[in-house]
Amino acid sequence: MIAYLIRRILYALPILIGVNLLTFALFFVVNTPDDMARMQLGIKRVTPEAIGKWKQQHGYDKPLMINRVASGAGKFTDTIFWQKSVSMFVFDFGYSDDGRSISREIATRMGPSFAIALPTFLIGLVVSVSFALLMTLFRATALDMAGVALCVLLMSVSGLFYIIGGQFLVSKLWHLVPISGYSGGLDGFKFVVLPIVIGVAGGIGSSSRWYRTIFLEEIGKDYVRTARAKGLSELRVLFSHVLKNAMIPILTGVVVVIPLLFMGSLLTESFFGIPGLGSYTIDAINAQDFSVVRAMVFLGSVLYIVGLIMTDISYTIVDPRVRLQ
Amino acid sequence: MSFTPVILWSDALVFLLLAGCAVSAWYIRQHEHLLLPWRRVAQSGMAMVSLLVLSLFLAVGLLDTLHYRAVLPQTNGGEKVYSPEVLSVFDKLVEPLRTHNEKTYSEPFALTLYAKESMTDAQGNIVRDYPRLQYGGVHLTDTPLRDADVRRRTLIGGGLGLLVGLFSFYITHGTLRCTSGCDRVVFVATLALTILIGATVSLAAVYHVLGTDKVGQDVLYLSLKSIRTGLIIGTVTTLVTLPLALFLGVAAGYFRGWVDDVIQYLYTVLSSIPSVLLIAAAVLMMQVSIDMHPQWFDTSASRADLRLVFLCLILGVTSWTGLCRLLRGETLKLREMEYIQAAQSFGVSSLRILTRHIMPNVMHIVIITLVMDFSALVLAEAVLSYVGVGVDPSMISFGTMINAARLEMGREPMVWWALASAFGFMLVLVLAANLFADAVRDAFDPRLRRMASGV
Repeated sequence: MIAYLIRRILYALPILIGVNLLTFALFFVVNTPDDMARMQLGIKRVTPEAIGKWKQQHGYDKPLMINRVASGAGKFTDTIFWQKSVSMFVFDFGYSDDGRSISREIATRMGPSFAIALPTFLIGLVVSVSFALLMTLFRATALDMAGVALCVLLMSVSGLFYIIGGQFLVSKLWHLVPISGYSGGLDGFKFVVLPIVIGVAGGIGSSSRWYRTIFLEEIGKDYVRTARAKGLSELRVLFSHVLKNAMIPILTGVVVVIPLLFMGSLLTESFFGIPGLGSYTIDAINAQDFSVVRAMVFLGSVLYIVGLIMTDISYTIVDPRVRLQ
Repeated sequence: MSFTPVILWSDALVFLLLAGCAVSAWYIRQHEHLLLPWRRVAQSGMAMVSLLVLSLFLAVGLLDTLHYRAVLPQTNGGEKVYSPEVLSVFDKLVEPLRTHNEKTYSEPFALTLYAKESMTDAQGNIVRDYPRLQYGGVHLTDTPLRDADVRRRTLIGGGLGLLVGLFSFYITHGTLRCTSGCDRVVFVATLALTILIGATVSLAAVYHVLGTDKVGQDVLYLSLKSIRTGLIIGTVTTLVTLPLALFLGVAAGYFRGWVDDVIQYLYTVLSSIPSVLLIAAAVLMMQVSIDMHPQWFDTSASRADLRLVFLCLILGVTSWTGLCRLLRGETLKLREMEYIQAAQSFGVSSLRILTRHIMPNVMHIVIITLVMDFSALVLAEAVLSYVGVGVDPSMISFGTMINAARLEMGREPMVWWALASAFGFMLVLVLAANLFADAVRDAFDPRLRRMASGV
């Protein structure tokens, strides 16, 4: 198990290097730091001195890959590539344009993101699986058809509509919870309820329909017929046989997103004014703060790879036949 | 000539796509076994109704794709001067909608603006009242007449629409009775659509049916213009996705070894970056390039258009990985089949095996995935535009409409019509696409067919 984990982590390294090279190419090769400086400073005030000053402030006043004037290891370390890209491997993300440490921002903003994303994920999973089981129980009846139709309808509605409509209905018309804001502790409950409910409602459509397909596929298999033949009730068959066997395809899609929950949701957080990583990313995109976007890209792929490894481990838990070697 | 045709990049890609569709349709028609699943799609009433709705949207989008620049009245020493404004055939068709701009917000069917203004009346006194609209309902002298007028126009327009619907049905079927060979659902849906269109046309001639937005543009016009943007995002993206996923996926599965390793590495790297972030990063960088090189564009439309094409490109680059993985898996399975091994032992070249034996047998996966991705892409456009990495802000799209209208939610009384129209049009488009995609999947997926027949 330990050996397997080490091998997986080693295998993840080339992928992270690839991500790093890709973002480096995207941010520094497609457009030179001069272009970025001109963009940031605006067209009017652009003088070569201003560009030089901006580059110096942000540490972009170095050669891209190889520093010919430096000596020794400085040839490689005193470059943009080394200082901006390689340093990300030790989670040193540098400073954002307003001069704050990105790593510290990430650490403080993970909490609020997680406080919204985790309940949304868990409640959403339980609701969708139950709904899908219900549809499977009443399969090929009018109830099932109505359920599928509802799912298709729900997934055809734009995610923005759930947020805007929910805010309007619950906060503005009924005055049940504040429209937006956040605070820590128990006091924050009234702020997180609506985002969570909306997040769950927005995800039900596509996920229940997907789970229903998985359940239906399982229900056509031989072991289900055997279970029925030995006289089990349909409910027992569903819960103790079908649900267990359907766990593997469900886990494939579900476990991988758990680490990404830390990243939060861009839309929800910016609409509800939650100081999490999602709104941090959106603010950075709007302010064209490239170093923050780069840090988030790298963090996102690290978390995704952690999710992949967690998926593999979760297989061994639900399916004893799977052994990691 | 009083105009010069303009072919923007996205137009050219749409034409390319259309040509591709025409060629494949012609090819499929020649081969009965390829036609068979499509016949199954045609048997589903729901699929045909959604196809009908989709083709309406498609017609609007295509008319909106034929661009031109009109000639200006003044000449430059005998030489014609063309307007910098790029218009489309659709703009010309609905010219009143495009040009009848009010001052600011007005409700659907309103005769007056949404907010009170200070005006001077006939006696020279200053009064605060709702000013009358410049175009909406100007033929009416008095406000109470409006409801009767709306009813009358709805009836006339709807009636005409019904007649057109029945007439076209008579021409295509030679009878007005819906008997065998005619789907009742499709028949009713066609009539409902023609009635709706008739009523809308007759009302839109004199009213702002869906109100006007902040700068007084007709919301119906904006919604109809958004269709093209949505369709382009949904379809042109496949031009990038399809070749990448098809060639790389099939090659990885068939050749295995280092080819497989390289391709797998490529798509794992790409898919490990959360797609919104990758799109955001790429779009930000593209924006820098576009802003640094204003000399590339002769009109603002071509600038917005290039941004749209790039957005499709970026969306394509981020979304081919899923299809590629599916195709690789399927090819791994196929290459062990007897007929492939037979072909190999006969000495058929790898290229020929791939194009002749493998690709036709993975086509059902390609078709299902492409059709299912369409609706997701249309929805993604709105979200990306909200995040600020979508289409150009000057380009009319569902995303930019929602973005502009969202800020007015706090007003009292609320400005709801722009949001409602954008969401409504988007819902109809995406719902139709989803229903059609379901029918296509049911018809093409051999596994689902087995499940349905109970084997």
